[in-house]
Amino acid sequence: MTDTSTSKAATKSPQGLIARFLSDTEIDTRLLGMLGALALIWGGFHLYGVIFNNFGAFLTPRNLWNLSVQTSSIGIMATGMVLVIVTRNIDLSVGSMIGVIAMSMGLLQVEVLPHLVGLGHWSIWIAAVICGLIVGTLIGALHGWLIAYREIPAFIVTLGGLMVWRGMAFLSAGGRTISPVDSKFALLGGGPYGAVGEVGSWIVGILACLGVAYIIYSGRKARVLHNFRLRPLWAEAFLALVGWATIIGAVLLVNSYPWPKGIVRQYGAKIGQDLEGTFISHGFAIPVLILIAVGIAMTILVTRTRFGRYVFAIGGNPEAAALAGIDTRWVTLKVFALMGSLTAIAAIIASARLNSATNALGTLDELYVIAAAVIGGTSLAGGVGKIYGAILGALVMQSLQSGMVLIGFDSAIQRIVVGMVLVLAVYLDILYNKRVK
Amino acid sequence: MSNSGTPLVELKDISIAFGGIKAVDGVSVDLHPGEVVGLLGHNGAGKSTLIKCLSGAYKADSGDVFINGEKVVINNPRDARAHNIETIYQTLALADNLDAASNLFLGREIVGPGGFLDDSKMEAETRKIMGRLNPNFTKFSEPVSALSGGQRQSVAIARAVYFDAKILIMDEPTAALGPQESEMVAELIQELKKQGLGIFLIEHDIHNVMKLCDRASVMKNGQLVGTERVADVTEDDILSMIILGKNPKESS
Repeated sequence: MTDTSTSKAATKSPQGLIARFLSDTEIDTRLLGMLGALALIWGGFHLYGVIFNNFGAFLTPRNLWNLSVQTSSIGIMATGMVLVIVTRNIDLSVGSMIGVIAMSMGLLQVEVLPHLVGLGHWSIWIAAVICGLIVGTLIGALHGWLIAYREIPAFIVTLGGLMVWRGMAFLSAGGRTISPVDSKFALLGGGPYGAVGEVGSWIVGILACLGVAYIIYSGRKARVLHNFRLRPLWAEAFLALVGWATIIGAVLLVNSYPWPKGIVRQYGAKIGQDLEGTFISHGFAIPVLILIAVGIAMTILVTRTRFGRYVFAIGGNPEAAALAGIDTRWVTLKVFALMGSLTAIAAIIASARLNSATNALGTLDELYVIAAAVIGGTSLAGGVGKIYGAILGALVMQSLQSGMVLIGFDSAIQRIVVGMVLVLAVYLDILYNKRVK
Repeated sequence: MSNSGTPLVELKDISIAFGGIKAVDGVSVDLHPGEVVGLLGHNGAGKSTLIKCLSGAYKADSGDVFINGEKVVINNPRDARAHNIETIYQTLALADNLDAASNLFLGREIVGPGGFLDDSKMEAETRKIMGRLNPNFTKFSEPVSALSGGQRQSVAIARAVYFDAKILIMDEPTAALGPQESEMVAELIQELKKQGLGIFLIEHDIHNVMKLCDRASVMKNGQLVGTERVADVTEDDILSMIILGKNPKESS
């Protein structure tokens, strides 16, 4: 008798501790769930490699670095898809938009500008980027206008866009592949030269650590100012330490992935030194830094600005938003225009990484982007979604895919697994929400 | 007492039709400061539609709105708010996924330097006004979908009261409430009245009308049956206006 009661108390108190820990640190349990899923996927693929191939290829600097680059393009679009889905819309056209935006940039920098300003001119990559952003924003704004002001369902408008823009991408160059892109433009896609190196990564890491400290400090100051409940000091310290450890860990990771020997030799020849055998770190890839910048900017936009608040209000109750004086149509148009700009950034990265523009670029991306947003906790019913969730969702999707490539699953099986994971993730989310209520 | 002087609001000859059906047909009502005017009638009589022309949710096909004797044009809810017209809708018009502070300040957020939302200031202000209206209210960080009917109602009321309304429109404010909470709303109406607000009250419960209103305007089939001082008529008079659509005083 006494035995059972003590064991009950023993099992109960740690649960109480965990609950208290979570409420004190105010950590989102959904975030923990996603990190757990990620750990499971990473560990699983690594272990599979260890057992069946005698070599765990997943948890290596090289693979994780590549994974970070592969996640960038989907992750950037997923942050925009969060807003689209939060307003109870959908965008099926982003994959095709990538194709047409990449083609417009490719044609501009390979077939138009070199004749005007000369091959390799410094302004070419800037012009290409601006062109891509304008094309993407205009296409998105057109979708938004049709959806908000002409009241055509987003599903139909963007399903039409899926076909129209892919067709346009083909027609724009008669199906040719435009290659190679401008050499500076190519840096935006990553690669040994398209990374910021060891020192650069430390600078980024230190800035990020200062940022974490500032967020925690200013959050606490605002709570003190208004007499709100404070997080206990140990919880603040814990969050800061976890943040710093994650950042420093990431810096160490990207710095431990060296340039391949061939690139080192090539670089040595270029600067006229014998670098044979030198360890040159990649550091953070430029597309990853772009993803981080987009993630921060989108988080601020969503949580700290009127626009973000209105997007969520429209998703929660469109009628109430309109009665509160919000111009719901204009906000919807802006959401789709923003989706277009983010798609343009993704197109820049995708075509730079490939060092070419092809009309098939981005095929099926819309499904990965939607899946990333949904796995990241964005509700298709509208009104609920998180930017960091979508980026983590993109990382989960990309981890699954590149893990399967690594262990040699063919693409048919990859699709089966990704499809099943999507359904399972949404099902788990529904179960989670039911339990929370 | 209050039928002298310039009315706070005057709706003149308002008409609005939806697909050929006249929802409101040439209705004129007015409202004085410190007065509660009840709008009565069956479902579909046109009360809510009439009031939405004042709150900016609809735009009247014809007719004029005067505020303090001056003609104004109300094209959207923002125009109405600019004239200190606040509305508590029957549906409450809350975004369920947002917390109380976000709902209270929706469309009128407090922004700090750089145009960024000052969420802690908004929450602090929300705590202040909720402390006055509903001291039991504690769920400030949860989405309003997690609140009870009464709590949601108090968020909607707080939103209308916070921004110094001069004209308050309440569309069945007690329909979803228990007796205790209804009593709180009744007290609030009395208090706001004392502060000099004019209140349009859409109400089905005839007892509440007799208790809270100074005058009652009865509508039927989109038309105004008549407006009477509550002190001058009986419950039965008003009921017969609602049901028969005839003003008993005129027939006698």
